[in-house]
This record gives sequence, structure tokens and C-alpha cells, in this order.
Amino acid sequence: MPKPLTRTNDFVVRFANVNGSGSASANALFAKSIIRMGVPVAARNIFPSNIQGLPTWYEVRVSGAGWLGRRGGVDLMVAMNPQTWDEDIASIEPGGYLFYDSTKPMPASKFREDIRILGMPLTAICNRAYSDPRQRQLFKNIVYVGALSWLLDMETAAVEALIAQQFKGKDALIAPNIQALHMGRDAAAEHMKPIGLKVQAAEGVGDRIYIEGNAAAALGAVYGGATVCAWYPITPSTSVAEAFARYCKKLRTEPETGKALYAIVQAEDEIASIGMVTGAGWNGARAFTCTSGPGVSLMQEFIGLSYFAEIPAVIFDVQRGGPSTGMPTRTQQADLLIAAYASHGDTKHPMLFPEDPNECFHFGALAFDLADRLQTTIFVMLDLDIGMNEWLTAPFEWDDTRTLDRGKVLSAEDLEAGAEFGRYLDVDGDGIPYRTYPGVHPERGAYVTRGTSHDQYARYTENGAAYVENVDRLTRKFDTAKALIPAPVRRNARRATPNGVIYFGSTSAAMQEALQTLESKGVHLDALRIRGFPFQDEVFDFIAEHEQLFVVEQNRDGQLRTLIVNEGGIDPAKLVPVLHYDGTPITARFIVGELAASMARDMQPLREVLR
Amino acid sequence: MTFLAKPKLHHPGLPTNALGFNRRDYEGAISTLCAGCGHDSISAGIIQACFELDLPPHRIAKLSGIGCSSKTPAYFLGSSHGFNSVHGRMPSVLTGANLANRDLIYLGVSGDGDSASIGFGQFAHSIRRSVNMTYVVENNGVYGLTKGQFSATSDKGSKSKKGVANTDQAIDLVSVALQLGASFVARSFSGDKHQLIPILKAALTHQGSAFIDVISPCVAFNNHPGSTKSFDYVRAHNEAVNSLDLILERDEIVADYQPGTVELVTQHDGSVLKLRKLAEHYDPSDRLSAMTYLQQRQAAGEIVTGVLYVDPEAGDLHEHLDTTATPLNQLGDAALVPGAAALAAINASLR
Repeated sequence: MPKPLTRTNDFVVRFANVNGSGSASANALFAKSIIRMGVPVAARNIFPSNIQGLPTWYEVRVSGAGWLGRRGGVDLMVAMNPQTWDEDIASIEPGGYLFYDSTKPMPASKFREDIRILGMPLTAICNRAYSDPRQRQLFKNIVYVGALSWLLDMETAAVEALIAQQFKGKDALIAPNIQALHMGRDAAAEHMKPIGLKVQAAEGVGDRIYIEGNAAAALGAVYGGATVCAWYPITPSTSVAEAFARYCKKLRTEPETGKALYAIVQAEDEIASIGMVTGAGWNGARAFTCTSGPGVSLMQEFIGLSYFAEIPAVIFDVQRGGPSTGMPTRTQQADLLIAAYASHGDTKHPMLFPEDPNECFHFGALAFDLADRLQTTIFVMLDLDIGMNEWLTAPFEWDDTRTLDRGKVLSAEDLEAGAEFGRYLDVDGDGIPYRTYPGVHPERGAYVTRGTSHDQYARYTENGAAYVENVDRLTRKFDTAKALIPAPVRRNARRATPNGVIYFGSTSAAMQEALQTLESKGVHLDALRIRGFPFQDEVFDFIAEHEQLFVVEQNRDGQLRTLIVNEGGIDPAKLVPVLHYDGTPITARFIVGELAASMARDMQPLREVLR
Repeated sequence: MTFLAKPKLHHPGLPTNALGFNRRDYEGAISTLCAGCGHDSISAGIIQACFELDLPPHRIAKLSGIGCSSKTPAYFLGSSHGFNSVHGRMPSVLTGANLANRDLIYLGVSGDGDSASIGFGQFAHSIRRSVNMTYVVENNGVYGLTKGQFSATSDKGSKSKKGVANTDQAIDLVSVALQLGASFVARSFSGDKHQLIPILKAALTHQGSAFIDVISPCVAFNNHPGSTKSFDYVRAHNEAVNSLDLILERDEIVADYQPGTVELVTQHDGSVLKLRKLAEHYDPSDRLSAMTYLQQRQAAGEIVTGVLYVDPEAGDLHEHLDTTATPLNQLGDAALVPGAAALAAINASLR
């Protein structure tokens, strides 16, 4: 038997549960307790497209070093689901630990020799303590959290404080939960020995907050001044609309009247959702929808209308595994091309790529300014990994001197003063025309918005020259967008290097870790995190400066790479695709392995890395 | 084909309404539809209705989908913002526009292809959501722009211009609107402006989702013998259940009728629908019996027209959502952005 793993603040615990068994809140309690001890945690739900009965996992990476990407591998498995037992046991690292419910004896063949087995008769304990079947089930989860807290040497105070917080308002539940917690602790203390994995209080969390990207994006929409949300339920984006409703109720209820300063409509489908957003945007309200790939497929026609008729709209696309229904509860970054070039005809749409919930908030708010400024659809490209998992992230910030940028809108006063109004007239060269809100002025400013071709004064025309002038202006407008969307973030290697890596979105966490690992092995790469589309000059300069570049993304076809090649006229041979697309979040281990293998197979340090 | 502006010259003696506008102020560009198209009569009806109601033209938003009917918003209310959106999706665009600014009057213009086929779902859902709007379907039973295919409102057995009989069951939009809870439902005929204009006026003043199915013969593709949407056929089978006068709040109601022959319905805005009964026992305040009546008369081959149902007390989507009285598109930063202090409190709750 290998030596049992001994690690402090650096290990992975995986809970294998049955969907619908109430394990989620107990597991989250475990993760948050560690954060309360000042130790960074990255927790991820791995769940099926199902409500009850199927396997679900919750993975907690405890990382004193602060790595928030998925690590891969399991050091301590909490195996509570007989359906996945074999798979769960197999996933444990040699020297790792298995914690399981030993009420029912298991044959020795069901275990492994190279791991340490920690059996606790959870069902028996709960059956003794409780008579109600639901209580037996729910408290079983808390009992194992109690046992783990003892095994990992965690502070009970942190867990107890969280329980009190969680059940605030339902105070009668606090004492029984704390009692169940101690039941688990006492049982572990009595029958088990401490293990090699430890949580030690630290100062690694700082002022960071812990929130899902979807909730952060919804809060961003509130701060961005969104008043209309039209949406259709689809995993993994549903919680954006739900969080928006929650935050609006709290932050956007008119104090004097109790009336809503917002309107949320659950539409009949994604087409109606984007239709409502289009109507509201046309009429001067900030409007958004939230969806995933299948929804974006359905919205294509309206996105083209928004592009051509120049109507502001914001779409939060929380990407999941495609194509078709694909893997609804797994993550991918595979909607880039459908979003960038959505709809028929020549179209292009700005996109924002948040890396974590902090950027989900800030880009969420920014998207509405951009939509009004550019009078077009803005995509905010989340994915399931950042959208539906809680992440430790920098606190949100807001500058109270900031005002909402409504873009180029002529008011009744402007029109009265005789401002020239041509709805599609570029008066200052940035490609962005002025618009008017319906009902603004009795005689001036009215026009018919249409998806048919139009001249500078919004009049229907099929005149070729007028058409070309219009669509060329749209290209100019798209160029203007480059200066408005967030610039890429560059991280230079400690040493000059001909190699670079380009990535975006939720790959960021794993990439930071991979770059440090590579650097510690003497492998140097400059890195560029792209934060939006269209690409700025910095992206192409970065490519020009390096001999070989890796484009790391979470889809099969290298969609970001395709966009870069297409938009920048880049030689495809220069961009090496590094692709992760099995539906799980990309890991540092994967990136390191792929990059090292691809870069220089004969370099000694790299072989070590690979090993 | 390009946009045709209409000359602004008009006779100096044209009568004006309470706002000082004359009828021409409610016109739009010159129609590019076929000469004699029923849709142009509906446009004329809309112009007349808005003029008579003294509506400020710029406070009306006119929205449409795609098709001949959906082109018409360019031909009326030239001082109103218009939105010729995408096929079958006018209802969602109108719903969103209405959410953004509850103070404008929303006029949705659609056709039978737009609302009974590709947009059947959106038609249904906008009605059941009680969007405050006037939803006019210019119903000719045929696809005009693509030259004569049957639409979903073509009656079973009705013949195409080429002599082919339609084998599919027709969708009766009025029945569907009734079933889905429209609070004002009417059917009219583009060839009967005396019936159409008061109905348009009543719908425009109605608070809630008002739906009007206007049979509007297509002179190019559906006005031949054998068609059940031709001028001749509709005239021969038109059975009006009532005739309507809309009395605005400012006008005096004159009792020029025999008791029991007229029903007065007071709307939310104070206007009164004076409905003179033509069909005995027809009660436009009874949704269920209206649906039954429609089915019975339809089976007898009649085209039932008039105000078929009205609920003057119906609420609308804004009421259901409990939105503020200020249009959402006029809320300023102070009302919309909670600020740094609120954000700091949220941050604190997430630690």
C-alpha cells in the first residue's frame, strides 16, 4: 500500500450523491466552512439533466495556493451513491481516502488495496436518532459533514456559524442541524483516526466573495440599468433570470409605491424572448434575455434584425455542451461562432468573455452601455462552469459617479432645436447614427424601423449604392466597437519567449495554474486573455510577436482560433489548437500536458512535466 | 420600388379635430399595394378612427410582422414610429415595446399568414398575457406577396385562383382570441367602413388586449368565385350581431333608442360603447355564449361580424406585473442603479 496522502490545504474532496437527496446544501456547507477558515476553495456541481434519482457529484478543491480551476483526480471520496460506486472508487488517487456509509457490509472486492477506507454506519446512526424518513435522509448529509470536519481537523465554530446563518428565520432547524453535525464528529472521534488531509486556518481568502456567475451577471444587469427581462427557461441560464427577479425585488422596488421598476416576462419560447427584448430596446428600455446555445439557434432571425435595424439588445449566453440538445448540464465554450456571426446575410456581433463572477457582474453592467452605444446585440458569453458554480471572486465595485451611457439619442429638445435626424445617417464618422424613441416629438423624429434595406433616412430602398453605403457603415460601426469592449489582458513570461498562449472565459483559472506550473519547470509562455469580440490590435500584435501560439479553448473545433484566423487573416499554421471538450471544466493538468507535449518533445524539463 | 412620400399639400378647408389636426395629418406614405386592396380600406379606417379620436399621432406606435398587411403601417400615421419586424413576431415585439413605455398606444397590424401560421403562437401568447394593444389581422385567406398560396384561415373547400379546393380546416382567429381571454374581440369587413371605424375606435380606447379580425379580400389572388374571402362572398354571408357607436367621455349620450335594443358598455377611459342589437339575444359581455354563437353561425355558413365580446374591466400586463406608473424607458439612473453602498452590502452578504 502506498503511503497515505498527507496534504494540508491542498486536496480534492468529491461527494458522490443521488440527485434530489438534499446533499447539495450539506456539501455547500462543507465548502463554505473551509472558506470561513480563510482557505480558498473551488467547488463544482457535476449534475445530470434530471431532477431526482440520478448520480450527482460535488467536487471541492481545497487550495491554499488559491487555484480555482478544476484540478482533476480525487484525494478523498465521499461515496454516498451505490450506483456509481465502482467508478467513484476507481477515481481515487493512490494513497487517497474513501469515506462511505458502512451500515450495509460490502464485499472486500468492492474496495481497493491502495487507498484508506473510512466506513461510518451513517444510515444506522440516523435511523437510531430519527424516526421521520425525510429527516433520516437530510440529517445523514449533515452527519457526514460533521465526520469530515473532524477527520480534516476543521474548526467546528465555522460550520456552526454557517448553519445558524443558513437557517436564519427558520431558527427551529438550527439546533437539530448542529446536533447532527456533532453526531458525526463524535462518531468519527470515537471510531476513526485523523487522516493525512488537513484544513488549517489561513488568510488566503481576503475580501473575496463567493457567488455564482449567473447571479453576478443578473446583478450586473440591475446595475447596468436593465428594466426588461424576457426569457425562457433553459439550463444552464435559468438562474440568471431568477437571480434578476430576486435582486430586482430587493433593489428595484419603488419605495413610495411598492411598484416594480422593472418587468420580467417568462416568454413562450426563445424567439418571443428576443422579440420582446427587441421591442423594448427599440422603445428605449434596457432589455435582455438569458439563454444557452439552443436558444441562440432559435433567436437568429431577430439577432439579424437587431444588427440591420440597429436595435440594442443584450443576450447572456450561458454555454453548455452542444450540438443540438447536447449535454445540457455540462460545460463548453462552443457558441462563439454562432454568436459572432448569428443570422443570415453579413452580420457580426460584439461579444464579452467574462472569466469569473466578478467579470460576469462588470461585463453584465457594461453590456447595456455597449448595446445602447452601438445600437446592436451584445452577447455576454458565460458558460455552465462559471454560471452555475459558486466561485471565490473579487468583490464587486461600483463608482457612484458613473452614469448609464444611453448612446446617441435625440431628445424632444434636440429635435425642437432643429437637429437633423436621419436614423441611419453617420454624422461623425464612427458609424453610429442617432436614434429617437417612439413618441418623442409631435412632428419630428418618427420613422419606420424595418429589416428590409433602407437609406440614411430609414426609407425603404433596394438601391444598390444606398445598400452598400449602409452595410459599409455597419462595418465602420463594428470597428468602433473595438475601442469600447474590454481590452485583452496580457501576462508576460519571466523570460523572453517565442511562444504564446491565447485563451478566454472560464479557462482562465486553470490557465493561471498551468502557466505557473510550466514556469516552475522552466517552460515560458506569454499569455493573452481575450475579453471580447471584435478583436483589438493587441490580439494581432501579440500573435505577430510570437513564433508559435496555442489557442486553448473548451470546444472541439477551435472556435476562437477560427475567429482569430478569419478576422485577422492569420496563418492557421501559427495557431496550435488546444481543445478540451468532454463537458467537464478544463484543468491545469490538461493544459500543462497538452502544451508541454506539443511544444518540444525532446526537451528534458518538459518530459518531467509530462510525467 | 422605393419609398413614395405623399405631398403635404391639402385643401385649406379640411376639417380639423380637437388637436387641430386634419385627416391628412394621420396619413402616411403612398400605398404600394394593389389597386382595390382591402388593406388600403383598413388603413383608411385607422386614419379616420385616430382622427376622430383626437389621438396625437406621435403617441401611437404601430408595429407589424411581414406580409402585405404588415407593409401597411408605412401608409398611415406618418408621424408615428413604426416597426415592420419579422414574420409572425409582431406580438412579441409589441409586448416588449409596451413593457418599455406603457404610455403609448400600441397598434399591431398583422395578416392571416403572419398571425395564424408562423406567428400563431405569438398571437396566442400576446392575447393571453393581456398586452394593452389593438391587434388587427387583415385577413384575406391567402399569401399575397408570394402569389396565392392558401393561408391557415382559408376555409375548407374554398377554392384558389387556379381552382384547387383547400382541404385543411381553417383557423378561426376570433374564436381563438375569445378562448385565450382577449378582453375586446370583434370581426369586421374591409368593405364596410361604417362598421369598421367605430370598432377600431372602440379597440383603440380599450384598456387590455383588443383583437379585431378584419376580412380583407385580396383583389389579386382571392377575389374569385369559389373563394370564401371574396368581396361578393363576404357581402353575401356577413351577419352583424350589433352596430356600434363609440361615445367619447366628452360627448353627451342621447337616448335615441328603444329600451332593450341597445347595450351601453362604459370603458376604463370613460368612453361608452353604444351597441345596437342586430342579432336577437346576443350578449357581447358573455364570453362563453359568444363562442357558442360563433360556432353555430359559422356552421350555418355565416360570417359573424360586430363587437363579439368586450370586458371593460379587464386588466393588462402592466397591472399583472405591478409595474410603476412611470414608463420604464424614462426611469433615470437614480431609480435604476442601486449604487456602491448597496453593492458593498451585497458583497458582505456573500462572504
